Amino acid sequence: MRKPVPDDAADVPLMRAEGLTKHYGQRIGCQNVALEIHEGEVIAIVGESGSGKSTLLGLLSTQLEATAGRVHYRMLDGETRDLNTLTEAERRMLLRTDWGFIHQDARNGLRMGVSAGGNVGERLMAVGWRHYGNIRAEAVDWLGRVEISDDRIDDPPTTFSGGMRQRLQIAKNMVTRPRLVFMDEPTGGLDVSVQARLLDLIRSFVNDHGLAAIVVTHDLAVARHLSHRTIVMRHGDVIETGLTDQVLDDPQAPYTQLLVSSVLQ
Amino acid sequence: MTAAETISPSVRIRDVAKTFVMHLQDGTELPVVANVSFDVRPGECVVLGGQSGVGKSSILKMIYGNYLADSGAIEISGPGGAIDVASASPRAILRLRETTVGYVSQFLRAIPRVSALDLVRAEIERADARDEEDKDHARHLLSRLNVPERLWSLPPATFSGGEQQRVNIARGFATSRPVLLLDEPTASLDATNRKVVIDLINERKDAGAAIVGIFHDHDVRDAVADRVIDVTDFAPQTGTSNGAGG
Amino acid sequence: MSTAETTFAGEEADDASPYNFAYLDEQTKRMIRRALLKAVAIPGYQVPFSSREMPMPYGWGTGGVQVTASVLGRNDTLKVIDQGADDTTNAISIRKFFEKTAGVATTTKTTDATVIQTRHRIPEEPLSEAQVLVYQVPIPEPLRFLEPRETETRQMHALEEYGLMHVKLYEDIARHGHIATTYAYPVKVDDRYVMDPSPTPKFDNPKMDNCPALQLFGAGREKRIYALPPYTDVVSLDFDDHPFEVTRFSQPCALCGSTGVYLDEVLTDDKGGRMFVCSDTDHCETVRARNRARNA
Repeated sequence: MRKPVPDDAADVPLMRAEGLTKHYGQRIGCQNVALEIHEGEVIAIVGESGSGKSTLLGLLSTQLEATAGRVHYRMLDGETRDLNTLTEAERRMLLRTDWGFIHQDARNGLRMGVSAGGNVGERLMAVGWRHYGNIRAEAVDWLGRVEISDDRIDDPPTTFSGGMRQRLQIAKNMVTRPRLVFMDEPTGGLDVSVQARLLDLIRSFVNDHGLAAIVVTHDLAVARHLSHRTIVMRHGDVIETGLTDQVLDDPQAPYTQLLVSSVLQ
Repeated sequence: MTAAETISPSVRIRDVAKTFVMHLQDGTELPVVANVSFDVRPGECVVLGGQSGVGKSSILKMIYGNYLADSGAIEISGPGGAIDVASASPRAILRLRETTVGYVSQFLRAIPRVSALDLVRAEIERADARDEEDKDHARHLLSRLNVPERLWSLPPATFSGGEQQRVNIARGFATSRPVLLLDEPTASLDATNRKVVIDLINERKDAGAAIVGIFHDHDVRDAVADRVIDVTDFAPQTGTSNGAGG
Repeated sequence: MSTAETTFAGEEADDASPYNFAYLDEQTKRMIRRALLKAVAIPGYQVPFSSREMPMPYGWGTGGVQVTASVLGRNDTLKVIDQGADDTTNAISIRKFFEKTAGVATTTKTTDATVIQTRHRIPEEPLSEAQVLVYQVPIPEPLRFLEPRETETRQMHALEEYGLMHVKLYEDIARHGHIATTYAYPVKVDDRYVMDPSPTPKFDNPKMDNCPALQLFGAGREKRIYALPPYTDVVSLDFDDHPFEVTRFSQPCALCGSTGVYLDEVLTDDKGGRMFVCSDTDHCETVRARNRARNA
């Protein structure tokens, strides 16, 4: 059911990281990580708490500063840039237009005091939309796509359930049609039935919009359901990478075998 | 077969070996197969034979890229030339799966909230990029496989095992991929539906697909096989090879 | 603020007064003037300054008083208004404060004043190049409503990221069907900085635009100063399909009959009686005097 990875003739990755390293004082966040992601591709980063997967996500999304290493990104104009060389204005523009970020805790990704419509409209207004009617129509459209009925458009997320908040976060991010979305445990803390619905929704967005996504999760089912490729991390190191079904069905590294065997079937 | 031999193979397997290393059991090594070499030509159905546990399924999974081959080469002719699955990048394997290699097992990985019809149709869209006929073709397959029409618009998660299996077969045969891997698709099907699957396989063969299959039912095997390869011949020289990866 | 010479000549305290001229010491005034110069140079930008303790509580105009004290010269004539009125406690006490500490002339007549300190109104009488309008500002940061982090709002100003300001207006329309913000209505200054015009009614926003007078804003508790140099573009934010609209009143002032001015509602009895009168008391009196003269 996953959408084909487009056969990009030029085959220039959307994002490429090399030697990414982050030290927190003496402690190692992650070490010498290399990674490439292409349009339409979903990569899962799996591992336990403290494995460095969230650190890696922070480095890739420029929320954290690397101790060493680089991240290159092919900008909308086609030019591949070292993200370190972006101006602050360019970096922030990237974060709120061409990228999305889905947080585990929706409170970090939403303005809790602002209505659902205002949350979805924020990115549009940030890029210069100045027609209330158009902003609202777009918000209604996107709320519909994440299965939030339009009579909730003026309610703040404080009145929403956990699953609805996550779906609102997705709408808020998707409204500018990002090419790359970072997700940090997007289904964490949700009921199982709610998780399934959310995963399904994320998968259909990835399929329909040819999104690239980097998903951090400790849940191998999330990796299997969403991702083409999986990166296994432990103690800040990449232990194993490969096709998701291959890594999960024929794990090579001792740690990956342990992870896979720990999942309740 | 003489005519077929002049055509270059769709699948070319040379000296493939597979050993499972069980790190959680003190690194116990379970050799599964070794020196696996055979070709599959377009329009040909090769059936893997041998007892349960001899490594038939592992070979199929290595061809699909689901299992890693430890050594050897698995070359599959794709749209851009032959690709060695044993050494190809994950992206190249994914692309091969989209364009060239299909895999049908008896198990459906159901996706919540996606209807049976959409499952089959999405598969057609994914591989063949057709649009208009998708739905008709999907309906046609589901009805051939006797999936009751009232179920088509429902997600298969709640279907019976047999119904799920037939939805999955419809999916697997929905596309015109030139290489088809069949992992006991007919297991536990009734005679009527087995016959449908036999017909589907023969139709794909006639259309030039190269097929590698595992079938426990002799009637199915006899009806579709051009050749049977005894996987016992690929047993590793060292130690026993029971149990792993069947 | 008259000529430079007279303005800053009497730096030593008046012999008769126990206070330095206009209460603040000269170092502090210089510090504030430096902040003011920077604010004038970067219209709409909030300049931090080390706000002093003043002999009045925060919220009573400590920011405006410090700015006034720093720009006041001996020959200036000071007017102080509170919501347009010269005769409220706040206006009177600030006026008396400067009478006592600076000995400057004071007035209630807008046209006679060279420095006007205001809380939440702009006089109806058009201002001139010879005048300075000093606003008392409670909260200078227009983005705070939606973004409480000061570090973040400063970044947003620096990078001109003002989408959030429209989120506030969006919320208004979503909730009320129209932009219900009627005071502290955000403006864009000189096509660059978004500024909170202090809690003046949005009725006064157009008066800020292209105004001949120098407009200075002081926030004492928040320690920020900002400014609009004369003839600066000041545009009220809005949506294409919900344009900025000035408040309109359906009736004239009940006392002077003026139209097109800002009116306050005044209760006249306990039975629901009320009337609408000019918020600008000086304007109201001036018009009434003119009417009387005409009728006489």
